[in-house]
Amino acid sequence: MEKPLTQHIVPGRKPLSLKEYEKVGGYQSVRKVLKEMTPQEVQTLVKDSNLRGRGGAGFNTGLKWSFVPMGPDAATPKYLVANADEMEPGTFKDRLLLEGNPQQLIEGMIVAAYAIQASISYVFLRWAYKVAAQEITQAIHEAYAAGYLGKNILGSGFDLEMHLHTGVGRYMCGEETALLNALEGKRANPRAKPPFPQVSGLFGKPTIVNNVETLCNLPHIINNGAEWFKKLGLTEDAGTKLYGVSGRVKTPGCWELPMGTTIREILEEHAGGMQDGYLFRGLLPGGASTDFLVEEHLDLPMDYPSIQAAGSRMGTGTMIILDDQTCPVGFTLNLQHFFAQESCGFCTPCREGLPWVEKILLAIDKGEGKPEHLLTLDFHTKYLGPGNTFCALAPGAMEPLQSALKYFREDFERHIHEHHCPWSKSKAWQPSI
Amino acid sequence: MLTTEEKHQIDHEISLVPSPKNACIEALKIVQQSHGWVSDESLRDVADYVGMSTAELDSVATFYNLIFRRPVGRHVILVCDSISCYVMGYEDIRNQLFEKLNIKYGQTTEDGRFTILPNCCLGTCDCAPALMIDNDLYRNLTVEQLDEILTKYT
Repeated sequence: MEKPLTQHIVPGRKPLSLKEYEKVGGYQSVRKVLKEMTPQEVQTLVKDSNLRGRGGAGFNTGLKWSFVPMGPDAATPKYLVANADEMEPGTFKDRLLLEGNPQQLIEGMIVAAYAIQASISYVFLRWAYKVAAQEITQAIHEAYAAGYLGKNILGSGFDLEMHLHTGVGRYMCGEETALLNALEGKRANPRAKPPFPQVSGLFGKPTIVNNVETLCNLPHIINNGAEWFKKLGLTEDAGTKLYGVSGRVKTPGCWELPMGTTIREILEEHAGGMQDGYLFRGLLPGGASTDFLVEEHLDLPMDYPSIQAAGSRMGTGTMIILDDQTCPVGFTLNLQHFFAQESCGFCTPCREGLPWVEKILLAIDKGEGKPEHLLTLDFHTKYLGPGNTFCALAPGAMEPLQSALKYFREDFERHIHEHHCPWSKSKAWQPSI
Repeated sequence: MLTTEEKHQIDHEISLVPSPKNACIEALKIVQQSHGWVSDESLRDVADYVGMSTAELDSVATFYNLIFRRPVGRHVILVCDSISCYVMGYEDIRNQLFEKLNIKYGQTTEDGRFTILPNCCLGTCDCAPALMIDNDLYRNLTVEQLDEILTKYT
């Protein structure tokens, strides 16, 4: 099985230095694009490979690039930003790439920057990834020294600056337009679209924001071609995917597997199945803002269309397991507490609605719930849904809520009818104050 | 007053962006690095230096949970309270810390040694529960480990 993204990553070992990375084929894709390909050819190749954004949205990467104005009349400077603000609860896949092989990220960023003719690039890294910050700083330094960054890279006439920016918290920064505001020294509220960042992004200039895993795929696509990349996937989606599992499984972790590997294989073969004494009840397939899937979905391939057809989203591909000894109401409350806290407060439905949802769930969890509370929650799943809010935060928050109300409604009703949490002995949620 | 060294570092950040205002978060980080937090006085100094009103800068400073606008202890404990840590029982860790240090979220021990704050997902969910103290990440935590961990910080 090919594992292009993680082939040079050994957990617990220092990442390859630039020299070591070059010896195993590193930076070949940079030589190839700069010497043999036009930016347009790079865009077309990546579009044809069907690489889809690994941050969660799953948009075709080459297509995303194609909206950037090109040619001599395009505004300059153009920017490329690596979104390394991994903050989706339950998600820890980019950490592996950032700590394990920062040279691969830089190589991918040079390819992406060349494809859109960006001259300035940023790695927007969340503050918590301290090891990654050290490794990336070192890797950027080495790349400058070796002539892969800076002016006239490899004599091609192409220039690229690269900077590491570490954030100061807030989930919102992972949203690409909010991230741009954060990079500009502003509150990380999302921006209205259009204009899209491709046309007017960082400092009003054409900008592409790509996820770390997306960028790390680029060198391999350039070196091996679009058809090779497509064949890596088991289904219509291309490539490999970093899948992760957390919760009460025997061996939680993160693995690079062919796109379209089934949930069951990931859960049972790689995560080792449930811990002894715990039974599977459901899972969030790709982070906190994805709908629950349950037993009947376990044989689905983990790819964008299959998970979407089941009413959820693959999201980041890192699953969170709900076991039988964890209260589904408490689980949902924990998620809604997070979203209510992380709302930027800019638009009213999100700012007011999410705390309302949290308060109702807290009441239900404490045994103070009323039957009409469930209707209020149902109402919110629609009212805070897509189209009613300024960005995707509140609709994302509603995904686990609406599916919890669908699959675990009896558990919500038991809390209300029995006036206490049936799980309270094993897990009493206490507000975070 | 900003020190010469702080000004030097802020100038560098300003040189990388189109307008000094764009460097304001970096400037706040620099001030916090030297003082541990951003006081009203520091906020005014930074606002003057980058050409913003204090209100505008405070709206930025208070947006970000890791810019501290109140004094914190010598060490800041950030307890991950997100979903994977919840499933794996982070509350026991949190409650033990509250008890051992005799403080709750947002408070600082009387000796000024620790401040404890909740934090969303630390991105190490396969090793939950987790917390950070300053720049150090602790994972697969059990309550039994807490005493030994805390003694590392004076």
